[in-house]
Amino acid sequence: MKKDIVLGGVGGQGILTIAATIGTAAVGRGLFLKQSEVHGMSQRGGDVMSNLRLSSNEIYSDLIPKGKADIIIGVEPMEALRHLPMLKPEGWLITNVKPFVNIPNYPNIDVILAEIEKLNHHVSLDADQIAKDLGSVKAANMVMLGAAIPFIDLDFAAFEEALQIIFGRKGQELVQLNVAALRAGMNEAQKFL
Amino acid sequence: MQKIVLLGDEAIAQGALDAGVSAVYAYPGTPSTEITEFVLRSKEHKSGAVVATWTANEKTSVEAAIGVSYVGKRAMACMKHVGMNVAADAFMNAPITGVNGGLVIVSADDPGMHSSQNEQDSRYYGKFAQIPILEPVNQQQAYDMMPYAFEMSERLNVPVLIRITTRLAHSRAGVVMGEKRAQNPLSLPKNPRQFVLLPSIARQQYHMLLENMPLIESESEKSGFNTYFDGANKKLGILTTGIAFNYLMENFDDGIEYPVLRIAQYPVPRKMIQRLYDECETIMVIEEGYPIIEEGLRGILDNGKKILGRLDGTLPREGELNPTIIAKAFSFELQVENTIPQVVTPRPPALCAGCPHTDSYNALNIVMEEFGKGRVFADIGCYTLAALQPLEAINTCVDMGASITMAKGAADVGLVPAVAVIGDSTFTHSGITGLLDAINCKSPITVMILDNGTTGMTGGQQSQATGKIEDICLGLGVEKEHIHVLNPIRKYHDENVAIMKQELKYKGVSVIIPRRECIITLGARIRSTQSEKV
Repeated sequence: MKKDIVLGGVGGQGILTIAATIGTAAVGRGLFLKQSEVHGMSQRGGDVMSNLRLSSNEIYSDLIPKGKADIIIGVEPMEALRHLPMLKPEGWLITNVKPFVNIPNYPNIDVILAEIEKLNHHVSLDADQIAKDLGSVKAANMVMLGAAIPFIDLDFAAFEEALQIIFGRKGQELVQLNVAALRAGMNEAQKFL
Repeated sequence: MQKIVLLGDEAIAQGALDAGVSAVYAYPGTPSTEITEFVLRSKEHKSGAVVATWTANEKTSVEAAIGVSYVGKRAMACMKHVGMNVAADAFMNAPITGVNGGLVIVSADDPGMHSSQNEQDSRYYGKFAQIPILEPVNQQQAYDMMPYAFEMSERLNVPVLIRITTRLAHSRAGVVMGEKRAQNPLSLPKNPRQFVLLPSIARQQYHMLLENMPLIESESEKSGFNTYFDGANKKLGILTTGIAFNYLMENFDDGIEYPVLRIAQYPVPRKMIQRLYDECETIMVIEEGYPIIEEGLRGILDNGKKILGRLDGTLPREGELNPTIIAKAFSFELQVENTIPQVVTPRPPALCAGCPHTDSYNALNIVMEEFGKGRVFADIGCYTLAALQPLEAINTCVDMGASITMAKGAADVGLVPAVAVIGDSTFTHSGITGLLDAINCKSPITVMILDNGTTGMTGGQQSQATGKIEDICLGLGVEKEHIHVLNPIRKYHDENVAIMKQELKYKGVSVIIPRRECIITLGARIRSTQSEKV
């Protein structure tokens, strides 16, 4: 098993939590992991990226080579597209359609969505809305992770266990919210398969 | 054995804790900050067994660490690469004193300048100071090297430099834990003059350091961290340093046919390099950082074997490496089908919504209108983002503290008014001495110390300036009537503008302190009090 995942979003959107959840799930199943993060200046509202690599064999590089990513998970649609050159020809782009507008020249969202539609392998969903319906828009990142689960080759329980490890000390309510968000995202993604 | 997922930075911290470190000192700086944050969160620190503190700057970090070493205990000082410049005085003299307890300095370099103003390579400092350098290839090795670093430091009587780069610092991997060692007991140096660098003593001590060099060099051949992987195809021999090895191997899924020398410890292992050079037709040097080994291998005349690397264009002369760059160096075909669609717009970092700096700059921009652009000397922190749109309020950012001294220089020769903008933590890091210079010359400058009560850019570490700024300024000699504390919120905008205008007219040093808590640390503080109530 080998999965290379690029996570894209804006500083503060919970990308590192997605990365930590996948990482914890993978290590829980005995896989090797490399997870490169962005800290520092870019976290101040700039575009942020994380490279996540899972494998049953030892992994060398912390960075995924260009054109080799199996999956791009975009917590924001323009940020998903920013990392497109990383994607394998047969790879999947999984993205939130809800824009995060913190720059004055944010492009027309319809043009962005049209670019996403051009890709043969894509899953797009309104993670913010789905999370809001579940009770907290903050869980949008977990909805996005859920949408990626069908493409990661790890069982759902591995992610549930990871959420328990990460959020357990903050209470079961939060764990359950995140699990529900995960499941809702996963169900939404099935529609694209 | 227990395997836990750690950032490279955290692997270094855990390694130091397990190696029996007694004290860790640091000034925050990306990508080094998480080393000390990890130690501060550790049970070893919380129980009082290990000292860990943020210090005023990197020089005071290293000096405190030398003090710990003096009494026989193991010490570590951590910083980002440009912090090495600040620490250089202490760093360059520590090899002359030698150590008593093991002394390890960690520098986290930032090739590609993700969060820095240059990409200087700290290996030059190690070479300059003539001490061993360890450059881990991965997170596991970062952990494994720590006990060795302290042990070698004590055995060879030298400080040891650990050099890492951003990608290792900020990437997680599973790390297998080793044995935990007890701390050293307190013991004064056997030679009471060891740490007295009077010229007559320093000459002897320096001579000893140089006499020690063959031992330090042989350590690089035999420690096991430098590894020679032989290959059948001798047309090319490849030398890698640090994490560059990983980017190379990423391109050879089924193993590599060429001999590879993987360097992770310096001074360079001469015998291993000699073997690679003798046995292979062409040599490729892949270094994450400046082409230090490549330059040495080529020599001044570059008239030996053909060498490929950063200096001949095989690899870019500047910036961070990655697997794709290495693929190009081997002319491997890249399967990149997708390009970035044109609609994708840059999203640069910006000051947070509700940031106090925005209000300070909005007032300053109004005040500066009548004098024109080009008069605001700024410094290093979140507030440097005001150089960009929409604020475009500042004109310089060079090094920690340079705002005050550059404004002074400019004012000394006629740019009046000149304004310096510096953050609270940067002020106590390197601004105080410059302010003293300005006061002593009665330079006509206005210094704005943006006090958000934290070291914001690196994630909100404790600021050494908190609660002390007015007293420091008064003590240095700023006149009381020219020190003003402002509340940078929209409501007081006009009032703040008026005070700034008035102080710009003063032909001496004035200090304006806009004070409001960082919006991020404020939020975190409110959340933590709420969860405590639950």
